[in-house]
Amino acid sequence: MKNILLIIQREYLTRVRKKSFIVMTILGPVLIGLLYAGIIWAAISSINQKKIEVLDQSGHFHDKFKNSSSYIYEYKKGDIDSLKNTLKQSGADALVYIPSNIFEQPKSVRIYSEKGVSLELQSSIEREIENEIENIKLTEAGITRSTLESAKVKVSAETISLKAGEEKKSSATAASIIGGISAFLIYMAVFIYGAQVMRSITEEKTSRIVEVLISSVKPFQLMIGKIVGVALVGLTQFGLWIILTAAIFTVGGRIMADKVQKAPEALTEMQMSNMPPEAKEAMKNQPNVADAMPDIMGAVSTLPVGTILLCFILYFIGGYLLYSSLFGAVGSAVDSETDTQQFMLPITIPIIASFAIAQIVIRDPYSPLAVWASMIPFTSPIIMMVRIPFGVPAWQIVLSVGLLIAGFIFTTWLASRIYRVGILMYGKKITWKELGKWLFYKV
Amino acid sequence: MSDNILEVKNVVKNYASHRALDHVSLSVPKGVIYGLLGPNGAGKTSLIRIVNQITGPDEGTVLFDGRPLAENNIYDIGYLPEERGLYKKMKVGEQLLYLARLKGLTKDQAMEKLKEWFVKFDIKTWWDKNVEDLSKGMQQKIQFVATVLHQPRLIILDEPFSGFDPINANLIKDEILELKEKGSTIIFSTHRMESVEELCDYIGLINKSKKVLEGKKSDIKAQFKPNTFSLNYTGQLNGNSATFKVQKSSTNMEGLSSATLEALPGFSSNDILKELVDRVHVTSFHEDVASMNDVFLKSVKL
Repeated sequence: MKNILLIIQREYLTRVRKKSFIVMTILGPVLIGLLYAGIIWAAISSINQKKIEVLDQSGHFHDKFKNSSSYIYEYKKGDIDSLKNTLKQSGADALVYIPSNIFEQPKSVRIYSEKGVSLELQSSIEREIENEIENIKLTEAGITRSTLESAKVKVSAETISLKAGEEKKSSATAASIIGGISAFLIYMAVFIYGAQVMRSITEEKTSRIVEVLISSVKPFQLMIGKIVGVALVGLTQFGLWIILTAAIFTVGGRIMADKVQKAPEALTEMQMSNMPPEAKEAMKNQPNVADAMPDIMGAVSTLPVGTILLCFILYFIGGYLLYSSLFGAVGSAVDSETDTQQFMLPITIPIIASFAIAQIVIRDPYSPLAVWASMIPFTSPIIMMVRIPFGVPAWQIVLSVGLLIAGFIFTTWLASRIYRVGILMYGKKITWKELGKWLFYKV
Repeated sequence: MSDNILEVKNVVKNYASHRALDHVSLSVPKGVIYGLLGPNGAGKTSLIRIVNQITGPDEGTVLFDGRPLAENNIYDIGYLPEERGLYKKMKVGEQLLYLARLKGLTKDQAMEKLKEWFVKFDIKTWWDKNVEDLSKGMQQKIQFVATVLHQPRLIILDEPFSGFDPINANLIKDEILELKEKGSTIIFSTHRMESVEELCDYIGLINKSKKVLEGKKSDIKAQFKPNTFSLNYTGQLNGNSATFKVQKSSTNMEGLSSATLEALPGFSSNDILKELVDRVHVTSFHEDVASMNDVFLKSVKL
């Protein structure tokens, strides 16, 4: 036991003190922060108003284009050719030409510009013109826009989960997001840290230090010590990532507070101008994003946060233990990392499959597929984490965790049988049959 | 308590396709340097792994100091495998501390002992170096320190001199002798017969999974003595003789001859010498001894 602790300590400390660990741990959140800052900055800085000249020979569109934070429209009169020539001197960015026969030839609208016209400007002008023509034609047919509007009814359902007699507002969106994020984190952790266990076992084998070590400790102790050590590294790294990310977003948020306040407006405006008119209408009718935020936050608070957190840690550790011991077995069987491919595939398939199944489960967390996949230890760490935010009966969680524990006891046993033989087996091309035999070797 | 630090009794070890050890029995007395010899693939490493409890025997028992080998005996044994390795990215000092603590020393004990060794080998500046920055010979030294640091009662060295230059090989040799002096028993597995000749008190030879011979080096050498004599002389040594047979003879430019004589059954060196004195002028005469090389080659061929 004392030796296992020593091994855990070494595995943990050597990893945590590595430069690459420190860099990754600090840089990860900083990169995410920078990415977001970059997006926000780009959104803010792109708001410089452009001056657009409009020559409307049809006479229907005067003052119909609305000035916005992005575009200022100026209505001109005169000859298109002379305006084209004076476009550069006037300082305008573009010239929109609407001919008098626009109703007959809707494709005759022209936009002239020195630097080329952005798709955004083009589509927004097209839409304005379409809208206006629609209005005019509606009026001619005797229908007003308000009549049309009142014919469109927007339905929005509030989801309410009935549980233990109490009605709770639940948010399927919040649940999917939380479930998706936790599943992704577990998926990442299994791959990152499982591969670390594998690599470091192969390293010990090829550097032959293992022979010295197992004359002091049992192979099983060595394997378990390594797996636990790396698990602690993983928990440390994830913990630091979460803390640092939160810190960066809080601090960054304060610094950019006033700019950020404008940013959502700018962002929504940008998004809206790219949307088809129906969606734009819908957006206008909906409470804006900022108003919606408390709703989502409120929904999050109705989620079983304690259960989610506890289960995340349980499935994080369980899933990691299950897979890392298998990764470890592969690492012990081969002579170099390049030989791992053929053995890696059967291990990675269930992980990738469960991530794929997760996409389906998010849509229907109570389907038989979801229930079964959340019971099988090889898929449960990812699938169950997707389901939990939607609310899962306690007996299912208990059963699933129980099966997961049984699962990793089994894989650890399996791995240790292969490991004890593998680490002393050099220069042999290993086959699946060979691995199978090792299970029953007497050592 | 027992006179033997290690007793291997009728040990059998089977691998999937072959039998690595076939009813092997060996006894290693306390306080000696014991040469464990044998050609490649004879089963030496399998035996060493059993003693180190890396693997277990299929049949037979191993006694350590008279008692069956137990788990805590790993603290009494130091093992330097033939295929050496260290953590490449770990600092020398930390690595040695770690290995020593796995062998049951406390941190303070390990520190104290390490300081002695670092002074002794004059490697104080290496403490904070990464192992990968050291030369192969330097790494071997570190491994040797790691093997003996916890002052084990039994030290198993597999080819300890490979990779060392003559100066460092000598240094290690002196350390081995000093460890023996201090009461440790050393099992020494090697193919280099000159170091067996120089260091070993006892010898065990394994060939094709079986023990071929075992005993005191001097006894074994006597047992293998070729029963021939080397003679330098002047004069003529022709015709038959009653006590010996001439195996080969030659004469050099100055007329000095040398010959190898084989004693006929029942005659000793004195009998031969008596006859020689009458026939030639003897300048030197001595009995040939078996070299370890001869012993090895003869017993492996048997």
